[in-house]
Amino acid sequence: MNETNFFAGLADVASSYAGEIDFLILVVLVSVGLWFLAAEAIFFGFIWKFREKPGRKAEYIDGKNKRHKRWVTYPHLAVLAFDVGIIVISFQVWHHVKLDLPDNPDSEIRIIGQQWAWTFQHPGADNALDTDDDIFTVDDLHVQNGRTYLFRLEAKDVLHSFSVPVWRIKQDAVPGRSITGWFQPTETGVFDVQCAEICGFGHGVMKGEVHVENADEHAAWMAANAPAPPLVPAAP
Amino acid sequence: MAELAVAPAAPAPAHDEEHAHHGPQGWLKYLWSTDHKVIAMQYMFTGMFMALVGGFMAYVFRMQLAFPGMEVFPFGMVSPGEYNALVTNHGTIMIFWVAMPVLLAAFGNYLIPLMVGADDMVFPKINRLSFQVFFVSTIVILASLFVEGGGFAGAWTAYPPLSASAEYNLTDLGSTLWLIGVGLEFVAFLLGGINFITTLMNSRAPGMRAFDVPVVVWMIVIASILFMLSVGPLLAGAVMLLFDQTLGTGFFDPAAGGDPILWQHLFWFFGHPEVYVVLLPAMGVVAEIMTTFARKKLFAYKTVIFTVVATGVLSFFVWAHHQFIAGIDPRMANVFTITTLLISVPIAELCFVYIATLYGGSIRLNTPMLWALAFIAEFLIGGVTGIFLGAAGADIYFHDTYFVLAHFHYTFFPIAIVGTFAAFTYWFPKMFGKMMDDRLGKIHFWGTIIPFNFIFIPLFVLGMGGQHRRIYNYAHFPELAGDNFQLMRVIATISMLVMLAFQLVFFYNCWKSWRAGKKASKNPWKANSLEWTTESPPPHGNWRPDEMPVVYRGPYEYSVPGRDDDYWPQNSPA
Repeated sequence: MNETNFFAGLADVASSYAGEIDFLILVVLVSVGLWFLAAEAIFFGFIWKFREKPGRKAEYIDGKNKRHKRWVTYPHLAVLAFDVGIIVISFQVWHHVKLDLPDNPDSEIRIIGQQWAWTFQHPGADNALDTDDDIFTVDDLHVQNGRTYLFRLEAKDVLHSFSVPVWRIKQDAVPGRSITGWFQPTETGVFDVQCAEICGFGHGVMKGEVHVENADEHAAWMAANAPAPPLVPAAP
Repeated sequence: MAELAVAPAAPAPAHDEEHAHHGPQGWLKYLWSTDHKVIAMQYMFTGMFMALVGGFMAYVFRMQLAFPGMEVFPFGMVSPGEYNALVTNHGTIMIFWVAMPVLLAAFGNYLIPLMVGADDMVFPKINRLSFQVFFVSTIVILASLFVEGGGFAGAWTAYPPLSASAEYNLTDLGSTLWLIGVGLEFVAFLLGGINFITTLMNSRAPGMRAFDVPVVVWMIVIASILFMLSVGPLLAGAVMLLFDQTLGTGFFDPAAGGDPILWQHLFWFFGHPEVYVVLLPAMGVVAEIMTTFARKKLFAYKTVIFTVVATGVLSFFVWAHHQFIAGIDPRMANVFTITTLLISVPIAELCFVYIATLYGGSIRLNTPMLWALAFIAEFLIGGVTGIFLGAAGADIYFHDTYFVLAHFHYTFFPIAIVGTFAAFTYWFPKMFGKMMDDRLGKIHFWGTIIPFNFIFIPLFVLGMGGQHRRIYNYAHFPELAGDNFQLMRVIATISMLVMLAFQLVFFYNCWKSWRAGKKASKNPWKANSLEWTTESPPPHGNWRPDEMPVVYRGPYEYSVPGRDDDYWPQNSPA
């Protein structure tokens, strides 16, 4: 675990794309870190070097001639170059995580936020949503490790945001819309689901858990929670 | 109007009858004064009072975060609803009732006429109206905290549907009053902005060309233009939201055919330029102080002005970076990632110019200069951490975490607190006619700036660990409830208590300096701009009518070769 997690400071890594996001964060950290350290070093260096001394008069530099101006012009062009680099990598990550949905997901789930609970709709044995054998749970999402999931995110009342930090997933849920996204868990275990958008009085307790299980455990959970067959057969 | 006859140098300032009769006397003078300096003080003291209110809120919720469930003296237990109301109103008050009135309105009002050599604003009565509307808005926002159900608790961004319906936010009257208060505040600043812009355009002293104007005046005026251009959509949105709340319309209600995300666009279309509205006056203040105490000409004056204009224009095209994961079309994120990262270019350029200004200077580290330099050092942290959030891919993780919170406090604290203290200590001799105690000033400086970093660096760490915002107690989340996380929260809270305690030094210093400080001369800092050519404090009308200044050069002619003095006031004939 954690082989792609560059900083101990970030949450653990437990999804297929979490490492990519962490890599982007590392790229940004190194890029802006260099600029930050250089700027602060020069800044404090100048304050020390040009501190008031008796008998020394300040220089008169208006910053108009090219010889002086290039000290500002070249660095700011270099900032632009760094920006372009960050933009390119950010695009790749963004496209992979948010835009390029998997063509053949292994399964599909529905996530519904409401004040102040998460409802998860899992497909049953037929692996299709909106059929009689769907499994509904509140605040507990059960998924199988390594499978690719497509999710449909909805909200009943106000805005919520489905966030699983270890998966690096965050997506607002908007009433009136169904927002599609995907994830592929890569670690088994139980992880926090947090609501990341203020949703009223109970926002602070709107938590859930994802249970990432291996194939056997997941099958056992499915079997144990399969809804009873309807008492009255569906009308022909 | 006889005064005009003996003031040939005055560029036809807009006198109204108040000036001739010197207005009402006694305490009424302060209520109905049209003097820009009095209005500036009214804005400043109202803003400082509101800073205490906002600071008290921060104290209460930080205590709750560090010691959950504790009785916070004198507030008592903090319920989840109260917690939400506290964070909502802390944000609202600190931005709209502290940063804007103090930086933009107070210093804009005080400095613009004095620095361009005018006897008052162009429209003194509109100026007075501006403060009166602002004062009413202050009463409304304070009242909203005490109505049944408590203050509005839907975050300062007020996203509907939560903000649109009492059924969801449980604060029926509180949210309506909050919205009315914010709306009135916008009206007040629209009125003030008209004055700032027209005064710069029409009332400059004879001889003062566009590029002889001190950059702080330019920056306040550009900020006012940004504000006036961006606030319209939000005012319209606020009226729509008010109708949704009170009349049952459905502008933002999907069940009635509305769209909650429309509000986010209207809000952030204003909300992002708003960052620059408060940033620019602070950057201008820092430019004045740095040039004065480094005895240096500002590096590349015109570049600064044009860069600021470029930043302002660009700031209208970045708003959706607040909404990357809000449910907008994900392809939009590409566009806004580009514009957001591009805005780092002019801001970096400004920082480079400021650093370059120090080169070759003769830097005197007194209290105002320490504040000005601290602004640059701290704002850089706020600037570079913005790149993490502007890159949409990384924002997926950081959005709505404490990383965002720490980032914008590293921009807003340098702007609203450091920038204000810089300006206040620098112009204190002009405003009150007394010198401030430099030693107490430095104690206050270090007692503020060191704890500030110990508040917000732990919050960066918490944000990187995945801690989300606006949660009153993290005990419910196993991944966030660990001891190391709680330790960070405690460090932040204790640092905040230390910082708040050191503010007493500031108030003591103000009181002591005002009572018994050394009398300030006209120009104690040996600075160039026009406000230093009149008495401290300036009289009504700013200069004696026969002494209205005439301008011969730009404001940054320090250490000019071949001159004995290392400064060269703008009004001193060649």
